[in-house]
Amino acid sequence: METENLITLEKVCELYEVEPDFIVALNDFGLLDFIVVEEIKFVNKEQIGDLERMMRLHYDLEINMAGIDAISHLLQRVHEMQRELISLKNRLG
Amino acid sequence: MEFIDYYKILEIDKSASEADIKKAYRKLARKYHPDLNPNDATAKQKFQKINEANEVLSDTDKRKKYDQYGKDWQQSEQFEQAQKQQRQGGSRQGFQGGGDFGGGEDFSDFFESMFGGGGASSFGRGGGRSTKYKGQDLNAELHLDLKEVFTSQKQTLTVNGKNIRLTIPAGIENGQTIKIKGHGAPGVNGGPNGDLLITFSITNNSKFKREGDNLFSTYELDLYTAVLGGEAMVDTFDGKVKLKINPETQNGTKVKLKGKGFPVYKQEGQFGDLYITYHIKIPHNLSEKEKELFSELSKLKKDGN
Repeated sequence: METENLITLEKVCELYEVEPDFIVALNDFGLLDFIVVEEIKFVNKEQIGDLERMMRLHYDLEINMAGIDAISHLLQRVHEMQRELISLKNRLG
Repeated sequence: MEFIDYYKILEIDKSASEADIKKAYRKLARKYHPDLNPNDATAKQKFQKINEANEVLSDTDKRKKYDQYGKDWQQSEQFEQAQKQQRQGGSRQGFQGGGDFGGGEDFSDFFESMFGGGGASSFGRGGGRSTKYKGQDLNAELHLDLKEVFTSQKQTLTVNGKNIRLTIPAGIENGQTIKIKGHGAPGVNGGPNGDLLITFSITNNSKFKREGDNLFSTYELDLYTAVLGGEAMVDTFDGKVKLKINPETQNGTKVKLKGKGFPVYKQEGQFGDLYITYHIKIPHNLSEKEKELFSELSKLKKDGN
């Protein structure tokens, strides 16, 4: 199993000084995927950017898990609408 | 350099308690945080101001100095001297802005003048949480002319002193952002590098209007060719084509030239269509002879041929 692109859950918690419970809760809410190899939980490095954003929302802005879930959906809609807006602006231009 | 009213920024009055400040800061941060306002430069600026206000008002020493001198901050040197003995290095309590803070913005000149620049220099450059592992994403804007994006372009960009060779696929849209993986700030502790996000600003100085992959233009057709039919040499984006004009072509007639539009993004060899609208030119400065002949034509029409 290739682990170059993976980081253990333990290491994530150590580096970012967060509780494993928080990361596990993100997984429970379907906001973060784990890859389990020989009973060790890993996070794909591709997801670190999203994870950092969710950590900021939680620890800096005191937004709970349900809030992060809702925000993630809304942000996706915002991005889609921004793309649509660019395309419409270009048509008008 | 202007005085900045930090109380006004946090929407509180001067008697606000520490708890009031914290509450006001968190409320405004939730409103303007870059994570919640993607691609919104106004919100980002507002968030920086809020952060700066909080940096001053949530720190007892800084707040005291600010309250005492406020608008007369230039004379605050005396205060600085008096406080020198007792002052402790104030800890930075601002939020880490995250990915949107690629530009390296510092606090305002007013802040720097009053509290010095040392404390602010690391702000917004991805300190703290965001550089513990993954490097920061960097944002850049690239200005190109529409002609340049008609074909795939090889460009070399210099980002943070490093050259990045980049192929820009033909057909990229104005306002589109592409991600160059791993070319952002370096990661630490074995973490991945950040990404470089390039947003394209494409200027169109051509006579063609672009809508996605399709192009639109007009062609001025002389009256005689429109009435009698013939041929016309029409400009396409990268050349000319000869078109057959049908007799009795009406003003505003639109023709579609399949595959003569703009390249389809990342679909090599595929092109959109070019739509040409004919504008029929009515002749002017007519000679006596021409007027006579037009009158004759008009008369023919009135007499029912």
